[in-house]
Amino acid sequence: MNGFPILSLMLLVLLGAAVACLFANARTARVIALAATLIDLGLGIVLWMNYDIGGAQWQFTERVELFAGFSWALGIDGIALMLIMLSVFLMPICIGASWNSIEKRVGEYMAAFLLMELLMIGVFAAQDIFLFYIFFEAGLIPMYLIIGIWGGADRIYASYKFFLYTLLGSVLMLIAMLWMVNEVGTPDIPTLMAYDFAPEVQTWLWLAFFASFAVKMPMWPVHTWLPDAHVQAPTAGSIILAGVLLKMGGYGFIRFSLPMFPEASAQFAWLVFALSMIAVVVTSLIALVQNDMKKLIAYSSVAHMAIVTVGLFSFNVQGLEGAMIVMLSHGLVSGALFLAVGVIYDRLHTREIDRYGGLAINMPKYAVFFMLFTMASIGLPGTSGFVGELLSLTGVYQVSSWVALVCTTGIILGAAYMLYLYRRVFFGEQKNADAAAMPDLSLREFALMAPIAAVVLWMGVYPESFLAPMRNDIAALDARIARARPEGDARLAAGKPQTEKQHETAAAHEGAH
Amino acid sequence: MDWSASLRLIAPEELLSVVGLGMLLVAAWVGDRASRMLSIVAVAALVGAAFLVAPALCAGSMGVETEAFFGQFRADSFASFAKLLIYGSAAVSLIIAPAFFERFNAMRAEYPVLIIFAALGMGIMVSAGDFLTLYVGLEMNSLAAYVLASFMRNDGRSLEAGLKYFVLGALASGILLFGISLTYGFTGTTSFAGVHAALDGQISTGAIFGLTFVLAGLAFKISAVPFHMWTPDVYEGAPTPVTTFFATAPKIAALALTMRVALDAFGEQVIAWQPIVIFAALASIIVGALGAIGQINLKRLLAYSSINNVGFILIGLAAATPQGASAMLVYMAIYVAMSICGFVGVLMLKDAEGNQVESIADIAGLSRTRPMLAAALAMVMFSLAGIPPLFGFWGKFVVFDAAVAADLVPLAAIGIAASVIGAFYYLKIVKVMYFDEPTGAVTGKSDWAHSVLLAISALVISPLGYLLTKWLGAMADNAAGALFHVM
Repeated sequence: MNGFPILSLMLLVLLGAAVACLFANARTARVIALAATLIDLGLGIVLWMNYDIGGAQWQFTERVELFAGFSWALGIDGIALMLIMLSVFLMPICIGASWNSIEKRVGEYMAAFLLMELLMIGVFAAQDIFLFYIFFEAGLIPMYLIIGIWGGADRIYASYKFFLYTLLGSVLMLIAMLWMVNEVGTPDIPTLMAYDFAPEVQTWLWLAFFASFAVKMPMWPVHTWLPDAHVQAPTAGSIILAGVLLKMGGYGFIRFSLPMFPEASAQFAWLVFALSMIAVVVTSLIALVQNDMKKLIAYSSVAHMAIVTVGLFSFNVQGLEGAMIVMLSHGLVSGALFLAVGVIYDRLHTREIDRYGGLAINMPKYAVFFMLFTMASIGLPGTSGFVGELLSLTGVYQVSSWVALVCTTGIILGAAYMLYLYRRVFFGEQKNADAAAMPDLSLREFALMAPIAAVVLWMGVYPESFLAPMRNDIAALDARIARARPEGDARLAAGKPQTEKQHETAAAHEGAH
Repeated sequence: MDWSASLRLIAPEELLSVVGLGMLLVAAWVGDRASRMLSIVAVAALVGAAFLVAPALCAGSMGVETEAFFGQFRADSFASFAKLLIYGSAAVSLIIAPAFFERFNAMRAEYPVLIIFAALGMGIMVSAGDFLTLYVGLEMNSLAAYVLASFMRNDGRSLEAGLKYFVLGALASGILLFGISLTYGFTGTTSFAGVHAALDGQISTGAIFGLTFVLAGLAFKISAVPFHMWTPDVYEGAPTPVTTFFATAPKIAALALTMRVALDAFGEQVIAWQPIVIFAALASIIVGALGAIGQINLKRLLAYSSINNVGFILIGLAAATPQGASAMLVYMAIYVAMSICGFVGVLMLKDAEGNQVESIADIAGLSRTRPMLAAALAMVMFSLAGIPPLFGFWGKFVVFDAAVAADLVPLAAIGIAASVIGAFYYLKIVKVMYFDEPTGAVTGKSDWAHSVLLAISALVISPLGYLLTKWLGAMADNAAGALFHVM
């Protein structure tokens, strides 16, 4: 695979298919979109197969000097690889989820989704800071259209809020990027990651990046666009928002904030911890009282992403690895939950929890899947959620036991709202005849859910497959930020190793008794 | 300095004068029947003039050999860059006009003649090496423009636009002349090089007054806040092809002229004018964005958007570096493409009877009835908002890059944050076209010339435009180099 521009090929397939969809009729557009996303999934698997674990940090690199101030530079490390895999894995599922539920302007819809996938892969693969920014920002346009054209009743408000919130967050990042490139003299991300900015400017640069990533993540209190956008977006839009778009914030922290500004990251870790602790408790409590299923899952997303941020800013390997696994796991699980909500929404056209009840009776297969994803969301051992949350909280425990304590309540509260949701929807009396008459999963829906369920279990039972490609990159990042690592309050101290003589005297002592 | 060299340097101006005068005679003898033929001749003359100025740009000409008539006129690469944009915009305004005016039986032979004379005046403006050359060029352009604004003489709005433009334009010219006379009084010369030399070191209070009045007069011409009030009325009232012209060519000419005056004549006194430019830039960005929010007419909205864009261009001027000047030129080129695409798109909005549709409410659901036109307009809107990957982002990128490189980080930060306000009303147009139910107002057929121009300009502002960045950047660097050569 040496020198073959596989990343560009992935983008090109999507671009070509998107243009084709614009001119195709509804039927053909669906087939084109599915084919293109499956080809990209195939290319993604080829990418993973050929990724040399323990090899060079940046692989599959391409560089063409096409533009004036920046270049077409792509390349991935293990972290980017995993996030690209997440995107290409979820995308065919999104197309499948919109197969019947989208009836108007199908060609444009499919084109918007394919462009969205193009931009997401571009964000994770960009090796040039301005190319990254272009991909990062460009994602606003298709998502704005997806929410605004195919969304729910309140779609226009939601689309505006989504667009302006995220735009306002990220414009200052551009100024910071311009400043950095002026200082260092190159927009090359690996070079910037190794450059040591003076600690006093790091503060400003960190804040500018933080404004962007905190909105994207989203962190409390700038999370309010998320419930609106999620609720109004069509099912596939919610899957992609929760599954991948939110991960751009976490990716930004791990790719830019931490390695480029280690001192500022340490300096502001308390801010991140404080916001995350509030987010975990507050949004979990909000989720507990929701009547709308999508809204409940949206608030739970904010709580889960807060676990990601505390893991990232714990400055140790466990925290970083845990944060990455939570991101991947949350991408799958929340995507699956939105998909599951979409399944019953397609049948009854409401997301009101009270309209359902006792679905376990007439939709047993559906109930099983939903149970699995509920458990994964709570973080039951054996599912992907457990691995990530355990690692993440272990990591932060070394820095601050209080933060770990507060964030752990998120798991308890998570169990509360998810199980409460499950009880109201699946158990109890069948209150409404129309809900009771809903058929179980069709073959198409089964085919969409099963792969996610398989991967969730795989990640829960054998996370090594997913951690292995990232291990070296996270170790490198850990070494890079080690100099700014805050001293933990746990004051872990290894016991003094005893000499052999002491052992003997102790043994003799015991023998004497 | 021998005369033949000077006459060779002004070849494009000679060509346009001769052709313009010839056309005037034809128009007088043949009458309106010749208007279509005259338009073709005018476009050909502009293309010819463009070929005459292009070599200077590619070669990066600067210095003494580009000075004609003892430094009163400069045919350097900077002037060439601006002239290419001006001639291109003028040609577009000629091409789109017949289809529009013929509906009202208002296509008269004077239209191409006036455009040619306006283009000639603008060429003189951007080539000015002396305050008097500047004034002659400016007035030549303005007088043609006043007539063009009221070209639909049966339409009250068009007449109103012409009158407003004339009164306020005359006021601006007066302010400018007052500034020039003060400058002359305190420096003893009207040539840019002379003023530059005289202001080396201390600046007297009188000269500061002169500088301020000159900048105020020019701010009128580029419609920078606080001298922007005429813009929405004139843009709305003038016939749309004329508005296309106003939004592009005279704006480029006046901006290039401002660059020449600020960076060349007053180049030693950056400290004196930088605060003025920073204020005008930020105020234009904010007022342009806020003013646009309540608009219900597309042309008025685009007028506010042009005020907003001038603010971003002025950020490059505030940097006062070659990089800033180059960034301004790049932005201007992209701005011309965006404006042409936007106004041609507006021209193509017609109802079943062929009447122009201008109100925002009437384009509801345009994406359903005319998907290509809606897509082009949506691209213009996202591009004006500076959202990547559309080409408008690149213009903002280069000016902010220049500002950051010149240590004006707070200016850049405030400017870019204010750009989010603008995004709000650009999004509104996209929302109306894409999210709302169709009203069915826009059903009319479009002229093929309009469709071709729309397609070309949409292609430029699409992400494909980024392939031009290297070439555009090199040309703009050439041009900016000439501007700073004298320093």
